[in-house]
Amino acid sequence: MTTAAQAKAFPAEVVRWREEFESFRAGLPREEPEWLRALRTTGMGRFEELGFPTTRQEDWRHTSVAPIARTEFQRPPATASVADLAVLDTLDFGHAFARRQLVFVNGRYAPEFSSAETADGLHIRSLREVLEREPQLVQPYLDRQASGPGRPFAALNSAFLDDGAFISVPEGTVLAEPIHVVFLSAPGAQPTASHPRVLVRAGRKSQATIIESYGGPADAVYFTNAVSEITLEDGAVVDHYRLQRESARAFHIGTLCAVQGRATRFASHAISLGASLSRLDIRQVFAGEGGECVLNGLFLGGDRQHMDTHTWVDHAQPHCSTRELYKGIVDDQARGVFVGRILVRPGAQKTDAIQTNKNLILSREALVDSLPQLEILADDVKCKHGSTTGQLDPLALFYLRSRGIGEGAARALLTYAFASDVIQRIGVEELRAGLTEHLQRWLPGSVDMEAAV
Amino acid sequence: MLEVKDLHASVGGNTILRGVNLSVPAGEVHAIMGPNGSGKSTLAHVLAGRPGYEVTKGVVRYKGRDLLAMSPEERAREGVFLAFQYPVEISGVSNVYFLKAAANAIRKHRGQPELDAIDFLALVKEKARVVAIDESLIKRPVNEGFSGGEKKRNEIFQMAVLDPALAILDETDSGLDIDALRIVAAGVNQLRSPERAMVLVTHYQRLLDYIVPDVVHVLLDGRIVRSGGKDLALELEKKGYEWLEAPAGSR
Repeated sequence: MTTAAQAKAFPAEVVRWREEFESFRAGLPREEPEWLRALRTTGMGRFEELGFPTTRQEDWRHTSVAPIARTEFQRPPATASVADLAVLDTLDFGHAFARRQLVFVNGRYAPEFSSAETADGLHIRSLREVLEREPQLVQPYLDRQASGPGRPFAALNSAFLDDGAFISVPEGTVLAEPIHVVFLSAPGAQPTASHPRVLVRAGRKSQATIIESYGGPADAVYFTNAVSEITLEDGAVVDHYRLQRESARAFHIGTLCAVQGRATRFASHAISLGASLSRLDIRQVFAGEGGECVLNGLFLGGDRQHMDTHTWVDHAQPHCSTRELYKGIVDDQARGVFVGRILVRPGAQKTDAIQTNKNLILSREALVDSLPQLEILADDVKCKHGSTTGQLDPLALFYLRSRGIGEGAARALLTYAFASDVIQRIGVEELRAGLTEHLQRWLPGSVDMEAAV
Repeated sequence: MLEVKDLHASVGGNTILRGVNLSVPAGEVHAIMGPNGSGKSTLAHVLAGRPGYEVTKGVVRYKGRDLLAMSPEERAREGVFLAFQYPVEISGVSNVYFLKAAANAIRKHRGQPELDAIDFLALVKEKARVVAIDESLIKRPVNEGFSGGEKKRNEIFQMAVLDPALAILDETDSGLDIDALRIVAAGVNQLRSPERAMVLVTHYQRLLDYIVPDVVHVLLDGRIVRSGGKDLALELEKKGYEWLEAPAGSR
């Protein structure tokens, strides 16, 4: 296969990743199961075939990944400096979730900062460790969702599959406390790449809250190429939070997949704050009837940040509902993209789906592209979508100012108000407070927002 | 308190005010009446400093200072209050938070210590009684889902909390049924004081049955064409505005 691939003369950046792959593969333990090796090799092959997407491709029309393609990323160092590790303190919500926390530094499990758990069928642990000792636990779930046609970054992640989080909640178990998974990138002098993986299996009628955090030292240049796969077995409830706070010069590509069994509830809250270039693909499928999917999202872009979110909800079964609310705020020369697709397949009767995307533009040069898309192939459904993009309401600004509130504070207050419904839907208090605080720092006219709502 | 001299103003290139002269001393309530399009609301918004309302000529002095040189927030901090005809809905911000931010901005400007949450809540409860506003409205997002009457009452409630020296009430009676009008008027009357000047902008005489003005002005085509006592309002009610129209020298 390698020979054939080389014969096809792939572009230089793809060849570079192939070389990197060969060197990575050579360092892997020999006793790995065959299926795991095959999974990586297939991933690399798929990436080679697809290459880096270009803006000529519909799915990437608004986002150029050329800066990622042309950067030569090194394999990250195994350890990080003390200063870089200190960044963890800014990512872990004041140790609020220390009881159930998995920390990964440069994609590698860091047990000294983590508290793994393996008891009575509950697994909250390093994926690498599970692959080494009990690969049969992950085989039924790994790469069952992320691999698909036209997904070069998920394929690249599979090729470099090494470590990540494995969370398996047994049938009927209800976890009240959130599980926090932190991915810290600490590249050192050279740009580095990591390919973190999160694998979640929520057993029948289980409940769990999972938070994924991504971050790194300010101004560090690195590439995070993350893939999360979540399986909800019948009756499971999963609240998933994804908080992207990468460095201002980082690249972040994320793929979040969820498959929902019968009568499940999956709520995703995706918050994008960092990275110079970021893209998140959320792909959800209803595999059983009576499921509920909630997608909340907020992106906050300043400077020249580029933030792209694609969501894909697949109503493959009848009697399911989707509530999607995505909001974007862009300032300076930032650019936001929202493409939200809801597909209602033939026979998916009684589908009830609402998709809303609202964007707020705070400067002349900021820009948002919003493309909500409904594709309805069943006839007995209730679906609607809406999209608005605009500036702060001048009359509302005047109203606040006419009460004595300064212009900066009035703008900040209205901007906060714009984001507040997404923030209020966040069920984890520490996250809600952390995000409010972030927004407060981000907005110009400092006002105390915490009591605003 | 308020001295308006030869005020000309335009909105979106259309000249609306064509030389308004008005003098409102402290302790007095002045009504400004006039038909639709006469410039009443424009005058109210110009005094509050609404962006886009361009003053092309004239002077406005407030407490001896140049009002037109101040930003809207400065005016508010100096004691100018505009009760909006169409109060703006702001979802995501609670009424009480909004008011606290406003009250403290004003207090800070005056060199007074900012109120903490407890003191502020006590003040809010006291003022809520004055204007008979339901306390549950205070905790809801600003004007969101309020009925017309609730919105107007909320304006008067804000005025009570912010304690302005000059209150401008823009069509506060519009959209109110008689019961709501009585309540709003009672609230306004409670806020009458020797230190406070009020300007009531209204289309109908009805409001003035409940808030009896010291002076009534008639605004027509961007100018005050007649001023008089409260009886002038009754006369207008009977005769309409036509008999005052096209006064010599207009345009």
